[in-house]
Amino acid sequence: MSEAPESTYFPHQHLLGIEGLSKQDILNLLDRAESYVSFNRQANKKGDALRGRTQINLFFESSTRTQSSFELAGKRLGADVMNMNVASSAMSKGETLIDTAVTLNAMNPDLIVVRHSASGAVALLAQKVSCAVLNAGDGAHEHPTQALLDALTIRRRLGRLDGLKIAICGDIAHSRVARSNIILLSMMGAQINLVGPRTLIPHSAERLGARVFYDMKQGLAGCDIVMMLRLQNERMSGSLVPSVREYYHLYGLDEDKLGYAKPGALVMHPGPMNRGVEIDSAIADHPDLSLIREQVEMGVAVRMAALEALALNLPRNGDGEASYG
Amino acid sequence: MADLIFQNVRLLDPASGLDMIGDLRVRDGRIAEIGQSITAADGDCIDGKARALMPGLIDMQVHTGEPGYEHRETLATASHAAARGGVTSIVVMPDTRPAIDDAALVDFISRRARDTAMVRVIPMAAITKGCDSDQLCEFALLRDAGAIAFSNGDHSIMNALTMRRALSYAASFDALIVHHAMDEDLLSAGVMNESELATRLGLPGIPAAAETVIIERDLRLVQLTGGRYHLAQISSADSIVSMRNARALGLAVSCGVGINHLLLNENDVENYRSFAKINPPLRAESDRLALVDAVADGTIDVIVSAHNPQDADAKRQPFQQAAFGSVGVETLLTGLITLHHSEGMDLLTLLRTVTSGPADILGIEGGRLAVGAAADMTLVDLDAPWIIDADDLASKSKNAVLEGRRVQGRVEATFVAGKCVYARDEDLA
Repeated sequence: MSEAPESTYFPHQHLLGIEGLSKQDILNLLDRAESYVSFNRQANKKGDALRGRTQINLFFESSTRTQSSFELAGKRLGADVMNMNVASSAMSKGETLIDTAVTLNAMNPDLIVVRHSASGAVALLAQKVSCAVLNAGDGAHEHPTQALLDALTIRRRLGRLDGLKIAICGDIAHSRVARSNIILLSMMGAQINLVGPRTLIPHSAERLGARVFYDMKQGLAGCDIVMMLRLQNERMSGSLVPSVREYYHLYGLDEDKLGYAKPGALVMHPGPMNRGVEIDSAIADHPDLSLIREQVEMGVAVRMAALEALALNLPRNGDGEASYG
Repeated sequence: MADLIFQNVRLLDPASGLDMIGDLRVRDGRIAEIGQSITAADGDCIDGKARALMPGLIDMQVHTGEPGYEHRETLATASHAAARGGVTSIVVMPDTRPAIDDAALVDFISRRARDTAMVRVIPMAAITKGCDSDQLCEFALLRDAGAIAFSNGDHSIMNALTMRRALSYAASFDALIVHHAMDEDLLSAGVMNESELATRLGLPGIPAAAETVIIERDLRLVQLTGGRYHLAQISSADSIVSMRNARALGLAVSCGVGINHLLLNENDVENYRSFAKINPPLRAESDRLALVDAVADGTIDVIVSAHNPQDADAKRQPFQQAAFGSVGVETLLTGLITLHHSEGMDLLTLLRTVTSGPADILGIEGGRLAVGAAADMTLVDLDAPWIIDADDLASKSKNAVLEGRRVQGRVEATFVAGKCVYARDEDLA
């Protein structure tokens, strides 16, 4: 994944996934992000870790919260941030992903943040550019900054990750959030329960190091954290689950089902939520139990830490070729 | 035409079990004499230096791009690749653009092959119009025009009634139906074997059952109709059980396997390597080992390259969006010899699956090293090690899943009807 970068703080050229990171890499990022949480609560939110750097947000899939979170993170660190609207780009005129990568690379960006609907697409793009690439979600593969922000949110609230019991519920099969979280949280010593109907649990899920349940009562038993996943609209009607009504009946998180978990268990959701499909509004908005708004706040801090970590490995002025005065 | 004499060659004939050092004489495009100390007084002489002389291979599944996708491959370039790989007959698949579903198109293939190809080209014709409809093609007219068998290429026939009628109608002429077994509904958006690895990579999987349910259906229909059926490519251990059961029932069925399914497994997809995206998909190591056993015990009759050229634009894509397929006609024999060396498989058993095996199923001459047989032969160094470099392959497309792989066994020269169509070393030509 990395090509001998100088930094021991984050010894990777790109952030393509949680897989491939060490426990120390993750701790370094979380600690750094922690410092940005208070930074972001100041009146003056302008840092300079990315001053002079160009960051391109290349989103092949529409996204509001992740893209704005990355945009804000880059800007708060002083980068020039460009958002590429793919709907109006050459991609829609049939240009291949690799051509797009080569074209953008020629403009000498320092950081490219990429989201794509195909698993592995971000890694493919990373092979074709000389700058740092940050995966903002590729297909059903990984969404590393989401897992980092979830970990930071939990750690801040409960003080640790080790030994926690965490349920991830819903559409595991199509979720990059689930994959990144399973890898990260189990590496940190948490026990993961995956909960959902068999049609939404991927093949060999238990081989990922998680326990699998098809029943909320069993799956949530003794859990400190209940993480709900979004059920994509196209999966709701008849093909993988018979109906929204039935899904909510079995897996929708309401007060009753949350009662199966440890008393005081906290609720998370990567957003955007389908209220009344996977989560009840009363739970989602619960001031003490819901961490959902905090997750969004942590997202900016984690992305600042990740962008900064990658930038530390970029060539600086005076580093030979990269110097243009 | 003067005689051509091979001296001091290791003669390998899978059909008869012949494996001996000796000499061989070619006269008028046919094998005239096999024995010891054949004199060279009246012809050209090749010193085999104890290298192997075997029947030229018959590759029963070669996709070319002609007509319709000539930028990927033409009959000329595919046949050049074949010659370099010791393949003297290529059976070309009908799922071209347009599909080979009309007698005039079979004739087109034959004429183009006559004018441009350096090895024998044997066309298959479509089972149904366009290779994707439910309307049967004119089997008799197509056969009379030169179609050797009927197949819809990489398209599966999903309608059981259409399959029943195809098998039943074909049985009237004893025609062979060759089928790519893949349930397209179960395939869905799948791109690789359904497994732990697919889950880790976040890629939609193709369950082995997508193949097996169609095979089971087809075998019932063979039982019902008395048709002759060849499964184009088998990929999973479960499907082997189905084929063994059908054999035990005495059904007229046979089956093939792709060389890549014997050499590789799903782990070759790691890092989203789109060249390893093939159909049927590479499966688990346990499936691969079961396939190797099934070749050894004769459950599998034929090994094919499943040569499927795809241009760079179709392959330099995210894995999910990349095209299926790999080139391979040029490396089929090398792959087999590598299996012989690495898995300890019997060489003649392996060679039978690419010579007399397909010849018997297709009912064609060839695939034999015997007096009177056409002198379609290849001279091979069975031990030479080399590394496959896609850029060195003659195919127009370079999507070789075996790219970079260390292999053993190299074709030195290839002869079609006694005429040298490829020689690695100029002196042999």
